[in-house]
Amino acid sequence: MASSVELTPTSYMNHHLTNLTGSLGDGPFWTVHIDTMVMSVLLGIISFGFLWWVVRGATSGVPSKRQAFIELSIEFIDDQVKSTFHGDRHAFVAPAALTVFVWVLMMNAMDLLPIDIMAGFYELLGLHNWRSVPTTDINTTFALALSVWLLMIFFNIKVKGLDGWIHELVCTPFGKNPLLWPVNILFNLVEYVSKPLSHSLRLYGNIYAGEIIFLLIGMWAATGLAGTLFGTLLGAGWAIFHILIITLQAFIFMMLTVVYLSMAHESH
Amino acid sequence: MNINFTLFSQAMAFAIFIWFTVKFVWPPLMRAIESRQKTIADGLAAGERGRHELELASHRSADVVREAKQRATDIIAQAEKRASQIIEEAKVAAKDEGSRILVGAKAEVEQEVFRAREALRQQVADLAVAGASKILRREVDSRTHADLLTSLKAEL
Repeated sequence: MASSVELTPTSYMNHHLTNLTGSLGDGPFWTVHIDTMVMSVLLGIISFGFLWWVVRGATSGVPSKRQAFIELSIEFIDDQVKSTFHGDRHAFVAPAALTVFVWVLMMNAMDLLPIDIMAGFYELLGLHNWRSVPTTDINTTFALALSVWLLMIFFNIKVKGLDGWIHELVCTPFGKNPLLWPVNILFNLVEYVSKPLSHSLRLYGNIYAGEIIFLLIGMWAATGLAGTLFGTLLGAGWAIFHILIITLQAFIFMMLTVVYLSMAHESH
Repeated sequence: MNINFTLFSQAMAFAIFIWFTVKFVWPPLMRAIESRQKTIADGLAAGERGRHELELASHRSADVVREAKQRATDIIAQAEKRASQIIEEAKVAAKDEGSRILVGAKAEVEQEVFRAREALRQQVADLAVAGASKILRREVDSRTHADLLTSLKAEL
């Protein structure tokens, strides 16, 4: 925390919750959160590169421990997908679910890095504002949820045809009667809007709140030795509990992705 | 909480990672897993087949042993029967042979007796002729009285 500004709870929080930004053009829209992008792409390259490295040397004979671990994880995801999605899951849905799970899990896991030590480390690199956890950036969760949403619409049209999908939007869930059409359309509209919102905000909210709590616990260190020790205990407890949350949120995000995509494949 | 271009960058990164997983991570591992599953299933099936064949073979061998035993007892019984038959035949043949030898011997004996008797008669006739010729001397000419002498011989 080598901050030049005066250290108050507000400045402490702000320091940790401010992204490093860059701009690609005029206007606030063209802003890019460099920290979010670098961290997420780095994590993606590390985790999928690792998967690729293991899978490239995969043998159908007796697997190594490393391969067995990867196979275990992938078969776990494959089983989850198999119970939800009935179709050729190997073509797209299962690998997509693997991508979502691994990536979100890795991004969430950055939450377990000790925030102030990491801030000191980034300060050494000359980065004053640097947020380690990409999933505490609403842009990331929205990007994932909207991509899934677009895939959902894509598969709706691909499987049922454009007319089939429109028919579904107009005639379900209440019935074919023209009097019910507006109700159906309204219902489906709400559903289509709520899906990406709940999908992204659930992940964002959980991880963001987790980070805020880490920050609040970190502030105990400002109250003296007893507060530091107490804060350490609380921080350790919250970190252990947070292991559950980051895994659970990654799993929920993956399951919702699979459910949305399989709903797109099934006609009513 | 501000939405900006980061969203699109992240979406692009997400798309690239999904593409990478779909293309390079998922298929090779699934192939490896499935081919191993097939190997294991084949192995289990082969084991099951082997056990089944073992069972069949043990059944078959038991059958063979039972059949061999059956045949052995058959052969023994047959041999015993044959042996007693041979003994019977030998007895009959021996009896036949014996009686034949007996008959031959009897005939020979008879022949011998006949011959002896013939010789005896010859000698008696000769004796008688000699006696008579001694008694009669010259009156008996063996050439003129040959027929007489022959009928005398036959009468003796």
